[in-house]
Amino acid sequence: MTRKMEEMTASDYEAIGLRSGLEIHQQIDTEKKLFCRCPVLPYSDVYDAQILRHMRPTLSELGEYDGTALMEFKTRKNITYQINSDTICTYEMDDNPPFELNPQALDIALEITMLLNCKLVSEAHILRKQYLDGSIPAGFQRTTLLGVDGWVPFGNRRINIIQLGLEEDACREVSDSGHERVYLTDRLGIPLIETVTAPDMTTPHEVAQVAVILSNLARASGKVRRGIGAARQDVNVSVTGGCRVEIKGVSRIPAIPLLVHNEAFRQVSLLEIKRELSRRGITDSTFSSEYFDVTREIAGTSSRYAVTALKRGFELRAVVLRGYRGLLSTVTQPGHTFAREISDRVRVVACLDDLPNIVHDGEEGDSFSDNEWEIIRKKTGADSEDAIVVVWGSAEDIETAVSEITLRAKDAIDGVCSETRQSLPDGTNGFERILPGPNRMYPDTDLPPIVITEEMIERIGSALPERPWERAERYVAAGVPNETARQMSISDMRFLYDSAAAKCNYSPRVLMHFFLSTLQHLKKSGRIPGLTEESLIEVLEKAGKQNLSIEAAAFIIERVCGYDRTGIDIVIKNLKIPGRKELEDAAGSLMEAAGNFDSLLLEQYLTGKVRGRFNGIAGGKDVIEVVRNVILSRAGNSGRR
Amino acid sequence: MKIHNGYNVGLGVDTIESITELGRNEAHYKIPEKEFPFDPSKPNVKLFGTGGTIASRLDYRTGAVIPAFSPGELYGSVPELADICNLKTEKLYGVFSENMGPDQWKGTAEAIGEEIANGVDGIVIGHGTDTMHHTAAVLSFMVQDSPVPIVMVGSQRSSDRPSSDAAINLMNATYAASHSDIAEVMVCMFGPTSDQYGLLHRGTRVRKMHSSYRSTFRTIGDIPLAMVENGKITHLKNDYKKRRKDRKVNINTAFDPRVSIVYYYPDMKPDIIESLIDNGYKGIVIAGTGLGHVNKPLYPVLKKACEQGIHIYMTVQTLWGYVQMFVYDTGRDIMELGVIPASNMLPEVAYVKLCWALGQSHDSEEVKKIMLTPIAGEITEREPHNGYLILQGGIPEVEEFISRYKR
Repeated sequence: MTRKMEEMTASDYEAIGLRSGLEIHQQIDTEKKLFCRCPVLPYSDVYDAQILRHMRPTLSELGEYDGTALMEFKTRKNITYQINSDTICTYEMDDNPPFELNPQALDIALEITMLLNCKLVSEAHILRKQYLDGSIPAGFQRTTLLGVDGWVPFGNRRINIIQLGLEEDACREVSDSGHERVYLTDRLGIPLIETVTAPDMTTPHEVAQVAVILSNLARASGKVRRGIGAARQDVNVSVTGGCRVEIKGVSRIPAIPLLVHNEAFRQVSLLEIKRELSRRGITDSTFSSEYFDVTREIAGTSSRYAVTALKRGFELRAVVLRGYRGLLSTVTQPGHTFAREISDRVRVVACLDDLPNIVHDGEEGDSFSDNEWEIIRKKTGADSEDAIVVVWGSAEDIETAVSEITLRAKDAIDGVCSETRQSLPDGTNGFERILPGPNRMYPDTDLPPIVITEEMIERIGSALPERPWERAERYVAAGVPNETARQMSISDMRFLYDSAAAKCNYSPRVLMHFFLSTLQHLKKSGRIPGLTEESLIEVLEKAGKQNLSIEAAAFIIERVCGYDRTGIDIVIKNLKIPGRKELEDAAGSLMEAAGNFDSLLLEQYLTGKVRGRFNGIAGGKDVIEVVRNVILSRAGNSGRR
Repeated sequence: MKIHNGYNVGLGVDTIESITELGRNEAHYKIPEKEFPFDPSKPNVKLFGTGGTIASRLDYRTGAVIPAFSPGELYGSVPELADICNLKTEKLYGVFSENMGPDQWKGTAEAIGEEIANGVDGIVIGHGTDTMHHTAAVLSFMVQDSPVPIVMVGSQRSSDRPSSDAAINLMNATYAASHSDIAEVMVCMFGPTSDQYGLLHRGTRVRKMHSSYRSTFRTIGDIPLAMVENGKITHLKNDYKKRRKDRKVNINTAFDPRVSIVYYYPDMKPDIIESLIDNGYKGIVIAGTGLGHVNKPLYPVLKKACEQGIHIYMTVQTLWGYVQMFVYDTGRDIMELGVIPASNMLPEVAYVKLCWALGQSHDSEEVKKIMLTPIAGEITEREPHNGYLILQGGIPEVEEFISRYKR
C-alpha cells in the first residue's frame, strides 16, 4: 500500500507508528584535517595520482564479523582512489599512521556538543568504524564520541540528542560499475561532527524542521563549513512492526519529508507481504527455493534479454521461489514493486548493474513471452503458486546473484530488513547495504585516548555562543516581533547587529528591520560597495545621537560608502533634513497633482512620493503623519464646502 | 566503557554514581577456525611464525598483539591460501622484529634445515618488517644451497584492518614458496602501495626504506628477482639459484655477535671507537660517507683497533654504490690503517656477515676471504643502470607516470 503525502495527516502517521530520527554530518571549519596536517582546500576533481586497494573484513573487538562488511566483501571491488598531492598525504592513503587529533577541531566539536546540552565524556576514545565499500582507503573511519544525552527545544517539547561524534570525512564516489569503483579523495579527512537525534519525530515535516534547527545550531558557533556538500543528513525511519532503516546522503533539507513518507510506506508494504507469506504458511523453516541453469533453454528463444545476455557470454539462471506467486508485483514505493528490492540486491552485491538485471514471471509488460515462460516453467517444475525470477550474468557473478535473490526473498518473511538505503532524486530510495551494527567498531590502537580536561570545559564553556533559540528569546524580550527575532537569531549579521544595538539608540525593532531589510536591499542593489562594518556602526551611532530617522541613517551610509570615515561627520553636517513645513508643502502639492484615489491608496501613494522627493531622508513615521494630516484636512475642507 | 552502538568512551571514576548489571556479552576474539584442507596434488609449504604484524591480531583485553596464526585461523581469514598449497604452520617465536637476535636467527636456520630434510616444497617465514632485512641476510649465510624457496613476509598494515596488506603478501609469499623456481632466501612484500603485485627481493640486497609505506622494501643496487601476482611469477632476473629435487642444504649457524656498526658523522670523536675496543668488540662495520670515508682524528684509533686484531670493514651510508677508497688520498690512508673496503655490501648485511664470518674464524686473512667472497649476492660485480631508481615527485614525466599508473 502506498499513499500520497499530501493526503496524510499527523494522525495517519501516528496510525502506522512512524518514528524518525536524524544523523547530521556537518564539516567544521578548520585550517587542517583531523588526523594529519593536510590543508582543507575547496573541492576539486583534479588529481595527479591513482592508487588501487581491496578491502577485507576484520573482526570486531568482541570477536564478531560485521554483516555489512561480509556483504561488501562479496562484491570483490577494485577500488581506485584519485589523489591530488595538494590535499592528500600518505596518511589519507593509509600509508602512514595518524598524527595527533587536530586540537582546533576538538575545540569546535566540544563547543557544539555543549550547545546541544550533551553530557561530555571524560575521555574521548578514538574508534575505527569499518567501511568496506572503500569510501575510506584505510577501510575504516576514525571517529570519537564526545557527548551523549543532549536536547534541543522543538515547539513545546524536546528532541533528544543521542550522541555527538567527531570524525574524518570520507571520499566522494566518482563511478561504480561492475567490479570497478572509483573515488575522489578531495574531501577525505576533513573534520566533521555527526549529531544523532533520537527517533522523536513523528511526521515527515517534523524531520525537516528539526534538521533546520540542528543546522542553525551548528552555524551558531560560526565555525562550521558552508556550501555544497559541507552538511549531509542521514534519516532513520521505522514504522510499527518494521525496523530502523537508514537513508543516506540527503543533501537538501526540503527533500527530507517525501523520503521519509515513501520509506514509511515501503515498510508498510513489506509488512503486508510479511502477513501474506504468513497466511500462506511460509516461514523460515518452510521457505523453499531452487535454481536452474536455463542458459541452453533460453538460447533458442528470441527474448531480447536472452539475446543481449548471450551475446555478452552471460549465463542465465531461473530461481523458483515456492509459494511466492504474485508477491513480487506488490507495490512498495511509487513506481516500484517488491521485485525492485531483489533487483537492487543483485545490482549491489553481485555487481550486475546493467538494468534490468532480473525479470520475473509476474511482471506486467516487457518480460519473456508466454511461450518462453512456459519453457522455463517446464524446466524448473514451478507450479501456479510459485514465482520465478530469471537473472543473467557472468559465470563468476551469477552464483552470488542467485544467492542474493534467495536471501532477499527469504528476508521478506521477517518483513522489513535493517538496511542502509540511498536517497534518490525522485524521493524514493534504493538498497545500498545491510545496516551495519556495533560490530563494525573497534578501538584505534594508533592513538591514545584524549582526556577532556576541566580547563578545556571551562575555556570553551565560558565562551559558548548563544543558542539560536536563546538569542531569539532575548530579541523578543527587547520588543522585536517573533519572526524577525527568529530570522536575526540565525542570520550571519547577528554579531554585527548586536554590536550596533549596543552602541546606538535606535529601538531594537527599528534597528533589526534596518539590518534584515534596508541594508540587504542596499547591498543587493550595489549601492554600498566596500562599506566597512566600522563605518556602518559609526553612522548608526552618530545618526541615532542626533535623533535622525533610520531612513536618514541609510541615506548617509550610501553617501559615505567608499570614503574614509572622516566623511561621516561632513555628510551629517550637510544633510538637509526636511522640516515639518517642507513635508507638508510637498504633500499638499503632490496631492493636488494626484487624481481621485480612495483614502488608503492615496496615503500609500503620497507617502512614497514625499519620501522620494527628499531622497528617503525624511523619517517614515514623520512622513506618514504629515500625509495623514494633509488628507484629513482636505477631507475637512471639502466637507465645509 | 563500550556502549550499545559499539563506541568506547572514557568515564571519570568520580563521575560514576552507581553501576547496575543488566546483562552479559562476552568477547570471543577468535578468527573462525577451519581445518586447512589437504590436496595431494598441491605443494607442501611450511609457514614459520616469528612474530610481527603479519601473523598477529590484537588482544583487546590486554591491548597486546597476539602473534602467530594457526593454519585453521589462517584458512579462516585468508581462505585463498588453500588454493595455493597445503600449509602447515609452526610458531618459532612471538617477538617484534626488533627483538630478533642471534638465538632466534640460529633457531630459525635450524628449523629450516629440518623442514627441508622433511621434504617440504617451500618455506615461508612470517616476520616483523623492521628487521626483516637483517634476518633475510643472516639466513642467506646460515642456510646455503637450499633446494627450495625460503620466502620471508610481513605486513605494513596489521591484519586487523580492512586495507591490510597482510592477506595479499601472504598469498604472494605462499605462492612463491610453493611454485617459484627460485631456491633462495627472499623477501616478498608489496611492489607499489597499490594492491597489485608483490616483489621477490634477494635476501642480501633488500632493505626497508620507509617507516610506514606498504611498498617499503626495495632492492638496493640491483633489480628485484621477480614480480608475483595472482598466482603468476614474472622473472626480472635470471641469475638465481634454481629449485632442486634433492634434500641437501648447508646449515651453518656459527655466529660471533661481538660486532658493531658505526654510522660515521662529521666530527665523530675517537672515543666512540675506543669504547668498542675497551668493550671487547671483535669487528666493526663502518658506514662511511661518500665512497667510504671518515675524518682524520679517527685514524690513530682505527689503526690501534686493527693492530689489536679487530676486523674493520668499510661500507657506504649512501646505501647505493660501491666503496671506492682509491679515488681520494684519504681513502688510501684509511686502507693503510687496516680498514677493508666491503664493496657494495649494504651496512646491515656487512654487519651480519661479519658476525657470521667471525663465527667461522678469527684469522684476519680467512675472515677477509669470507667477507669479500660473495655467497648470496651480497656483493655484485656490477651495478645495472636501473639498480638505482628513485623517481623524484614533481618532475613532469614522473607525475605523468604516477597519474597514469596506479602505483
